[in-house]
Amino acid sequence: MLSIIRSIYLVFLRMFRPRFTVQYPEEKIKLPARWRGRIVLTRDPDGGERCVGCYLCAVACPVDCIALQATEDEHGRRYPEFFRINFSRCIFCGLCEEACPTYAIQLTPDFEMSEYDRQNMVYEKEELLINGEGKYKGYNFYNVSGLKTGEKDKGEADNENPPIDVRDLMP
Amino acid sequence: MVTIHIDGTSYQVDEQQNLLEAILSLGLDLPYFCWHPAMGSVGACRQCAIKIYKDENDTQGKITMACMEPAKEGTYLSLNDAEAKEMRSHVIQWLMTNHPHDCPICDEGGECHLQDMTVMAGHAYRRHRYNKRTYRNQYLGPFINHEMNRCIQCYRCVRYYRDYAGGDDLDAFAAHNHVYFGRHEDGVLQNEFSGNLVEVCPTGVFTDKTLKSHYTRKWDLTTAPSICHHCSMGCNIIAGERYGSLRRIYARYNGKVNGYFICDRGRFGYEFVNSDKRIQQPMLRKERNADPEPTDKQTILRHIAERIQNNDRVIGIGSPIASLESNFALQQLVGENRFYGGISNSEDRLVKTVINILRQGPARTPSLKEIENADAILVLGEDLTNTAPMMALSLRQAVRNIQKKIAQKLNIPYWQDAAVREAAQEEYSPCYIATPAGTKLDEVARKSMRLAPVDIARLGFAVAHRISNDAPGVDNLSKELASLAAEIGESLKGAEHPLIVTGTSCRNENLLHASANIAAALKNAGAQPSISFTMHDANSMGLAMMNAGTLAQAKHEVQEGNADTVIILENDLYKRIDEDAATEFLDQCQHLIVLDYLHNKTTSKAEAVLPVSAFSETFGTLVNQEGRAQRFFEVHIPAEPVQAGWQWLKDLSTAAGKNAMSDWQNFHDFTRHLSNAMPQFKDIEAISPPPGYRVADQRIPRQSHRYSGRTAMHAHHNVHEKKTPQDKDSAFAFSMEGYRGQPPPSMIPLFWSPGWNSAQSINKYQIEVGGGLHGGDPGKRLIEPQEKADSPYFKNIPEPFEPGENRWLTLPGYHIFGSESLSMHTPGVAERAPGPYLSINDHDAAQLNIKDGADATYVVADRPYTLAVKINASLPRGVVELPAGLPGLPTAILPAWGKFSEASE
Amino acid sequence: MNPIVQNLLIVFGVLFGALTMAAGLIWIERRMLGLWQDRYGPNRVGPFGIFQVIADMIKIFFKEDWIPPFADRTIFTVAPAIVVATVLLGFAIVPVAPNVFVVDFNIGILFFLATSSIGVYSLVLGGWSSNNKYSLLGALRGTAQMISYEVFMGLSLMGVVMMTGSFSLHSIVEAQQGMWFVVPQIVGFVIFIIAALAETHRLPFDIPEAESELIAGYHSEYSGMKFGMFFVGEYLGITLISALTVTLFLGGWLGPSFLPPFAWFSLKTLVVILFIVLLRAALPRPRYDQLLSYGWKVLLPLSLLNILVTGAVILATG
Repeated sequence: MLSIIRSIYLVFLRMFRPRFTVQYPEEKIKLPARWRGRIVLTRDPDGGERCVGCYLCAVACPVDCIALQATEDEHGRRYPEFFRINFSRCIFCGLCEEACPTYAIQLTPDFEMSEYDRQNMVYEKEELLINGEGKYKGYNFYNVSGLKTGEKDKGEADNENPPIDVRDLMP
Repeated sequence: MVTIHIDGTSYQVDEQQNLLEAILSLGLDLPYFCWHPAMGSVGACRQCAIKIYKDENDTQGKITMACMEPAKEGTYLSLNDAEAKEMRSHVIQWLMTNHPHDCPICDEGGECHLQDMTVMAGHAYRRHRYNKRTYRNQYLGPFINHEMNRCIQCYRCVRYYRDYAGGDDLDAFAAHNHVYFGRHEDGVLQNEFSGNLVEVCPTGVFTDKTLKSHYTRKWDLTTAPSICHHCSMGCNIIAGERYGSLRRIYARYNGKVNGYFICDRGRFGYEFVNSDKRIQQPMLRKERNADPEPTDKQTILRHIAERIQNNDRVIGIGSPIASLESNFALQQLVGENRFYGGISNSEDRLVKTVINILRQGPARTPSLKEIENADAILVLGEDLTNTAPMMALSLRQAVRNIQKKIAQKLNIPYWQDAAVREAAQEEYSPCYIATPAGTKLDEVARKSMRLAPVDIARLGFAVAHRISNDAPGVDNLSKELASLAAEIGESLKGAEHPLIVTGTSCRNENLLHASANIAAALKNAGAQPSISFTMHDANSMGLAMMNAGTLAQAKHEVQEGNADTVIILENDLYKRIDEDAATEFLDQCQHLIVLDYLHNKTTSKAEAVLPVSAFSETFGTLVNQEGRAQRFFEVHIPAEPVQAGWQWLKDLSTAAGKNAMSDWQNFHDFTRHLSNAMPQFKDIEAISPPPGYRVADQRIPRQSHRYSGRTAMHAHHNVHEKKTPQDKDSAFAFSMEGYRGQPPPSMIPLFWSPGWNSAQSINKYQIEVGGGLHGGDPGKRLIEPQEKADSPYFKNIPEPFEPGENRWLTLPGYHIFGSESLSMHTPGVAERAPGPYLSINDHDAAQLNIKDGADATYVVADRPYTLAVKINASLPRGVVELPAGLPGLPTAILPAWGKFSEASE
Repeated sequence: MNPIVQNLLIVFGVLFGALTMAAGLIWIERRMLGLWQDRYGPNRVGPFGIFQVIADMIKIFFKEDWIPPFADRTIFTVAPAIVVATVLLGFAIVPVAPNVFVVDFNIGILFFLATSSIGVYSLVLGGWSSNNKYSLLGALRGTAQMISYEVFMGLSLMGVVMMTGSFSLHSIVEAQQGMWFVVPQIVGFVIFIIAALAETHRLPFDIPEAESELIAGYHSEYSGMKFGMFFVGEYLGITLISALTVTLFLGGWLGPSFLPPFAWFSLKTLVVILFIVLLRAALPRPRYDQLLSYGWKVLLPLSLLNILVTGAVILATG
C-alpha cells in the first residue's frame, strides 16, 4: 500500500524534471558511429571494392532483403555483379555487417531515408557503394586470402610463403 | 551382424564394415576425410580417431583410426572420450595450419566437408602464428578449377581419379609438406569423370568452373531431383536454379543406378537450358514463305486449333528425348494410329529388337550397381566410355571383383583399399572387348579385339556356340577368332555373374542377336547371365515401348496425302534421318507445327513453333536402357509463355474442341492416364508420390531453409513481392517452407543434414553407408524377363566383313563431348568436342597415300566431305570412322559405304 | 425563462460539456502522461498540440469501418453505443451547481449504480459478438471484474448516504456544507475510487483489454468510429466518476465564494481526473486473480466495516 503511494508520489515528481525528447527535425541528435542506419558498401584502402560476393550477408539477413550475384574480373578477383538491398524490408538488425568477412557491408549513422514511393527504397550497388573505408580502416581481405588477384601473385599476401617449387627436393 | 559397444550403448552392425562405416551407418557423427564409401579406407588423414578398449573393464583404451579397424563382435569403443576428441581436434588443427583464409571467395564454402569437419571436431581458434604454404595452380580445362592452396592432402582426388575412374593424368607430386595434386603440366583433365572431383574433394581445390561463371551458394539454389537427359543411362541428378537460370548439376545418389557419381557430360552439359538459342516466344509464319514472327499464346493456339479442328489428316511425331507424358499427350491429341516415334527405321528396328530380347528372356538387364558385381564381361561393339559413360565406370569397378576374391583369400577386408590393391596388383576379372576402334576400357580388358561390326557379331555367335552346342555355329571362322571365342566362352561359362554388354551405337542388328544367343546359351548351360544394351537417347527405351510407327511411315502417310498437318515434338529430324530426306519430308508437310526448346533446322521449317520447357523446367518420366522408369521434377518455372510439351498439347487439344485431355488437371493426371492406357507402363504412376502427398501436412520444399534474397531478388522490377507460385503438379513447394526431414527417396531435392552441409550428408540418407536410400532407391523397372527362359536362338549369322575396292564401311565414332547435341550448347563441352575428322587404319592410309592431319575428300551418300584425316591404327582395315553427332557430318545415315574422291590425292 | 427551454439548455449544456471534456481528455491525458514520463506528448498540431484531438477525430472518421465476416453484425454494431449511452445517462443526476442539474432524483445514487451496471453489457456483447477468442476472454474478465466491484462501489457509498440520510445527490452536496465527506468517509472514498476505476476498467485495472495479454481484448476486432465509441465511452466514464467523486466526497460545487459554484465543481473534477491520469502513469496492471481476490477479500470486508463503524458513530452521536 505504501509502496503504491510512493510510486504515485515519485511519478508525480517527474513533472519537475527536464524532458528527454529531442525535438527532431528542429533539433538533431549526434548519433554514435556504430549506429545501425543506412547500409553502405565500402572500399578497401587501395580503392577496390571490398565486397567479394560471398553471399554471407544475404544468408544472414533475417528478412532476406539482400540479393546479389558474384562474378570475377579477368584476374580472378571476386566482386558483386549486382548488389541490391530492399530497404523497405530491411530491419537494420546489423546481422549482415556481422556476417561480412571483408568489412564491406557496414551500417552507418544515417536514418533519414524515407520515401513516398516504396520502389525508391530498393537500392542497387551504385547507390550503396561509397568511396571510403567506413568504420574499419586499413583492412584488405585479399591481403590475407591466398587467392591470386590482379594486384598480387601467389605468396605475396600477408603471412604467406612464396609458392612451392614442386620439383624442389630439399626438406 | 555383430554387436559393438559405443560409449556404453550396444549396437548391431554388419561385420563386413569397418568401424567408421558402422558408426556412420548407425547415424552417429565422426569426422573423416580420406575415407569415401565408394573408395574404401587408407587411413591417411588420421581424422576419425576413436578410443578402443580391450574389453568392458578396460578403462585405459588406445587411440585408433575407426576406418582401419574392422567391426568385430564385442568391440568396446568410445567416440566421446576426451583423448580421442582432443586427438581429432589436433589433427584438424594441423590440417588447417596451411589452409587459406579463402572461404568467402571459395566455391566450396557452404557445402565444404572441411568446414563441417572443423566445426564437428571443435577446432575454433588458430594458434599457428607462422606463414602459410602456397602453391601455383594449374589450368585443368574448361570444367574444373584448381586452387591448390586449399589442399589438405587427403589423397582422395588421386585415389578417385586414378583408382576408381581409371584416369592417368592427375597425380600426387613432390614430397613431405610440399605434396601437390595436379597434372604433370597445365592441361585439360582427360578423364570423362573428372567432374566428380568437385564432390570427392573435401574442400575447394577442385571446383566446378561452369558454376563459377554464375556462382551461387548451395543454400541459394532452388533444387529438385532430376534425371540426366544426355544419354540412355538415366543417371539421377540434382539440378539447381537461381535468378531464372540453371546453375549447376550435382549427382543424386541412387544405390541402384549411378551411385555417387555422374559423368562430365551429365554434370556440365546443362547450359543449353540457359542458351540464347532457346525459343522464348511462339513463332508463327502467316504465309508459307513469310518469315516467322513472334506471337502470343492465344493467337498461336487459335491458329493451330483451326488447323487441327475437324481434321483427320493430322499426325504426330514423338521424340526419344521427350518424356513419356509428352509423347503420350501427343498420341492422345492425334490418335493412337497417327502417332509416330520420330526415329529412323533402322534405329526403330534396333530398339524393338532390344525390347523383344529383354522381354522374352533369356537374361535380365542389370542395373549399373549390378553391373559392378559382374565377374566376366563381354562387350560387343560399344565404346562404352563415349556412348554410356557411367556403364564404363561401373565396368571399371566390376573388373576388380577378382581382387575381392584375392583379398578374401588373404584375409584382407575389401575396404582396406591400399592393401587390396597391393595384394592384387593389376589382376582384373576377365573382360573382353570387341569394337571397331580402340576404347579407353581396353586397358582393363583381358583381350580387346578390333573388328568390323559383322565380325563382332560373328564372334558373338561363335561364343554362344562354344558355350552351348544348341546355339548355331559360325562357318568359316578364322582360327584366331575361333580360339578367342573358345576363351571367352570358357570364362563366361565359369563366371558367377557373366555379363554381356552391347548396344545400338554400331547400328547392327546382328550384334544384338549374337548377344542374345550368348545369354541364352549361358542360361542353358546353367549360368545366371545378365545382358545390358545401351541406347542412343534418354528415352529411347520408353518411346520404343509405346510401339509407335517410324519416321518412314510418317513420311509415307504425308506422301500418300493421308496427312497434311504434322506436329513434331522436341525432335530435330535432321539428326534422325538423312538431311535431304528430312528437307523433302518437311517440305511436303502442308502445316508443320513444332514444339521445341532450341531453335534448330526443323523449327526453321515450321509454320508454328511452340516454346517448350527444357528438362529442368518441367516434369516427366524417362525409361533408361535398363528399363527403369524414373521421374524428373520441375526445378524452376520458365518465363511465360514457355510451358511443358504435355501442357501445350493439352491446350491445343482443348483449343481444338477435343475433350480427350480436357479434364486432366496436372502432370500426375497425364501419368495416371498413361499408366491406365498402356499396361506396359502401369507401374509408372507409383514412381513418386502424387501431388496431394504431404509429410506432416507439409510439402517438400525446393529451397533450402537458408534460401536468401527472397524479398530483394525481384525488387528491382517491383518492390511488391509476388505470391509464391503453387505447384499443382507435385508435392514440392516453390519455396523454403515445408517438411525439413527426409523426404521419400524419389523426392530428395538436395542432400543436407544438420552439421553435414556437403555431399557427404548422403550418409544420413542411406540405410547403411554406400547402400540403398531409406525407403528404397527410386525408379521402377518396367521390363522383367519371362520366367520360362526358353527363347529360341537367332540363326541369321552374317557373312564376314569384306573390305571393298575403294569403298569403305563408314561407321559413327562416338565422343562423350560432341556426339550429343544438347550438351554442345555448353561452351566447355563444345571446347572439348573434336573437330570434324575422318579416321582410318594406317595401312589403308598408306595405301591411299594420305598423311595424318592432311585433308581428304570423302564421299558418302553421294555427298563429298572434306575432313582432316586421323590415322587410327586400331581400326580394322576397310573401315572409316566419322565422329557422330557433329553438325555438318552425316551421322543419321551411318553405317554406310563411302569412298575417297579423286580430288583428295 | 421558460423552464422547458432552461431544462433543454441544461441538458444540452451537460451533454456538450461531458463530450467536450471527454474529447479534451484525450489531449490532456497524453500531455500529462508525457509530463510524468519525461517527454512532451502531442505538441505538433496547433498550439501545445491541442488540435491533436481534431486530427485524431478526422482520422478515426475516415478509417475503414470494418465488421469481421465472422462477427454477429447487429450486436457488434450496438455494443459500442451502449457504453456511451449508459455513461451519458449517468450524467443526468450530477448536480453541477445548486441550480444546474438535469434531474434531481431522490434515488440519484441508485440510478448511477444502475446505469453503470448496464455498461457491462457493452463489454460482454462487444466481446462475444466479435467471435474471437481474445475478445471473449476480455469480455469474461470484464464481466467478472465489473460485477465484483459494483458490490463494493455501492457499499462504499452507503456511509455517505447514511450520513446524509438521502440518496439524492443534491442533498448529499448540501450535507457537506460543514465538512466534506472525504474526511469522515476516508475509507469509503478510497474504496469508491478503486471500485470506480475498476468499474470503468480504467488503467491500472484495464484487465479486459490488456494489450499485452489479450491484444486489446473485447475491442480487438473494432475499428473506425465503433472503436472510437468505446474510446469516448471510456473517457466519459472517467469524467463521470470524477464528477461523482467530487459530488459525493469533495463537496460538489461548494467552495469559497470568489469563484462561482460551477467553477468550483469543474476545478475539483479536473483535479480528480488528473489524479486518475497520474495513477495510470504510476501503477502497473495487477494480475487478474489478484484483482478479484483483492476485491472480495479486502475491499468487501473493509466496506462492510466502514458501514458498521459509520452506523455505530451515527447511532452514538444521535
